[in-house]
Amino acid sequence: MSQRKSSRAGAGAKAAAAGHIHFVQGNEACVHGALYAGVSFFAGYPITPSTEIAEHLAERLPGIGGAFIQMEDEIGAMCAVCGAALAGAKAMTATSGPGFSLKQEAIGYACMAEIPCVVVNVQRAGPSTGLPTKVAQGDVNQARWGTHGDHSIVVLTASSVQDVFAITVEAFNIAEIYRTPVILLFDEVVGHMREKLIIPAPGELPVVERLRTAVKAGVNYHPYLPREDGRLPISDFGDVHRYNVTGLFHDIFGFPTENPEQVSKLVYHLVDKIENRSHLLARYKEFYLEDAEHILVSYGSSARSARHLVEGRRRKGDRIGLLELQTLWPFPAQVVREKTAHAKNVFVVEMNLGQVMAQVKQATAHPDRVFLVNRMDGMLVTPTDIGKVMRTVEGRGF
Amino acid sequence: MAFQKLIRERFFPHLWCPGCGHGTVLNGLLHAVDELGLDQSSLCMVSGIGCSARIAGYVDFHTMHTMHGRALACATGLKLARPSLTIFVPMGDGDATAIGGNHFIHACRRNIDLTAIVLNNRIYGMTGGQYSPLSGQGILATTAPYRSIDPAFDVVQLALGAGATFVARTTAFHVKEIGSIIKKAVQHKGMSVVEIFVQCPTYFGRKNKIGDAVQMLEQYRDRTAPLGSKKLEADPSLIARGIFKDEQRPEYCEEYAKIIARAQGKEA
Amino acid sequence: MEAVSINERWCKGCGICVAFCPKEALVLEHEKARHIPDRCIACGMCELYCPDLAITVDTSKKPARAKKEVA
Repeated sequence: MSQRKSSRAGAGAKAAAAGHIHFVQGNEACVHGALYAGVSFFAGYPITPSTEIAEHLAERLPGIGGAFIQMEDEIGAMCAVCGAALAGAKAMTATSGPGFSLKQEAIGYACMAEIPCVVVNVQRAGPSTGLPTKVAQGDVNQARWGTHGDHSIVVLTASSVQDVFAITVEAFNIAEIYRTPVILLFDEVVGHMREKLIIPAPGELPVVERLRTAVKAGVNYHPYLPREDGRLPISDFGDVHRYNVTGLFHDIFGFPTENPEQVSKLVYHLVDKIENRSHLLARYKEFYLEDAEHILVSYGSSARSARHLVEGRRRKGDRIGLLELQTLWPFPAQVVREKTAHAKNVFVVEMNLGQVMAQVKQATAHPDRVFLVNRMDGMLVTPTDIGKVMRTVEGRGF
Repeated sequence: MAFQKLIRERFFPHLWCPGCGHGTVLNGLLHAVDELGLDQSSLCMVSGIGCSARIAGYVDFHTMHTMHGRALACATGLKLARPSLTIFVPMGDGDATAIGGNHFIHACRRNIDLTAIVLNNRIYGMTGGQYSPLSGQGILATTAPYRSIDPAFDVVQLALGAGATFVARTTAFHVKEIGSIIKKAVQHKGMSVVEIFVQCPTYFGRKNKIGDAVQMLEQYRDRTAPLGSKKLEADPSLIARGIFKDEQRPEYCEEYAKIIARAQGKEA
Repeated sequence: MEAVSINERWCKGCGICVAFCPKEALVLEHEKARHIPDRCIACGMCELYCPDLAITVDTSKKPARAKKEVA
């Protein structure tokens, strides 16, 4: 059996009958997106509300010569993804809540060893076992800071089934370009709701293939020496270049080092390769922001309620708009600052105690005009919930 | 002998203490690989954390130095993604039987084609001599100042119970056995577990007044006997060495290849 | 060339080769192993015992006497 390299761009989409209209859950759309992006390996462990991703990939991957494995635990699943990625596979895992906590150790390994991979977290309410079948968005900070030590990471989200597909393709592309784990931070509502999905034809969306080194056998290959553009061409395990991969601080050959200069250089490289490109990584959607006095900032399923309210109020002539974030980390502070510069009030709509609100307050010139509209009871935040808070802030009573 | 081509000479002398058995295992492994004449670019080593994990840095294979206890899980992904690789997984007490115990039993259960080498020194060496799940009762360690009360795992029984299809044990004294057993383990299709008793004179030997490396090796010589030997029969208190199991059972990646064929409608 | 060569830079002087050489053909001097060619039968055991990978034995250089003895 040969190596499971990522399939040709869009090969998965072909099998899923590109162009046809599907009526699927968000979790299924994630699977379609992953296949479109060329996923060839999945390791996972059953956990609500992400399990459908594993189930669908278990069915689909062998058909394209890929591999699915149900590991003994969440930790093992993330580790297997790291191993498979080094063998050349486009690899992913999916989890929720406690499973995401367990994966943090190996996510840190992937950050340090610069292993491209995609980790889906379909959020449920926590801490601990929390509410396994109910929605929440409480893992925003964990997705950024869940693993120990200074590092950076890319965290993306989406609010519709169609967007889940597209952002999943983006996640794989970003993982390849930056040699980093990318977290897809969905939530229970987005994961389970059914909507229309139109799968683009192969080639319609860009698919980034793994950048493999052009260095020939017998010539010194430096696995951890970034090119001028910051990219790090890889050599798969089993190919001609034998090198070391470690979670320790390492030199350009991949061997452990405690040299202060090299340690510092590496930690700045790991952080800067992402943070310095936050403008390239910022994905967002905007609705009626041009003249908006009141701006809602939201993401994931909360953004659907926010949009519903905005559409309704616009029809009544209110100058209200929505900034829907799809990149949560690196936090698109510049986008938020610019888009909210002229707003009277900014309402951050989310299902946690203000994790993105804290970032919005930092980003904007007027933190005193930023208000939180939230719900943290396992229920989807509703347009009514948002309206109540807005009326209070606007001095119009409940 | 031409093991020089199999090592990264620039990192020698290695970091292990004088008399540490880990070097002897590395030595035996290199001899085995050299004699098997395997294609070097198909050789991988995936290790965890601790003294044993540092073996990976010294061999000129594709090497992945992972997290404590996670080597087998990483190796499982690597192997399933590229089944043509030959993968060695050296592990210490903690890697194999404590923090990595779950990965260990499940790799055995799946019968995935990996060669796991458990370097049993009955101590956590890298962190300075704490007792391990392989220490056994009555042992002195920095975290067992009044002697340990924890019974030890029997690695061989654990591997057999979990379903590994090649299970063997030897010691750092029996240097020819190390090579011959590792050779058989690599050639075996399926999960191979080779337990090797290795001396840690620095922490285990000194703390437990067993003596230096030579005295510890003499114990391995005197307190073990080959499976099926008269010596073992005469003294049941001796620890058995040799190959406990060498059986064929469907290998995980080969079984998955059948799944692929089925999914693609190519099933015979 | 002698049958046994010792890489002094790698040798950590643990004494394992000295203790288990069947012919007492190795000694420790200034914490390094030293080879005594007269006693050596080039059996190769010290190469396998050495935890420092510091010893290589050219077993083709077995003295005739030793070959007979081993046989």
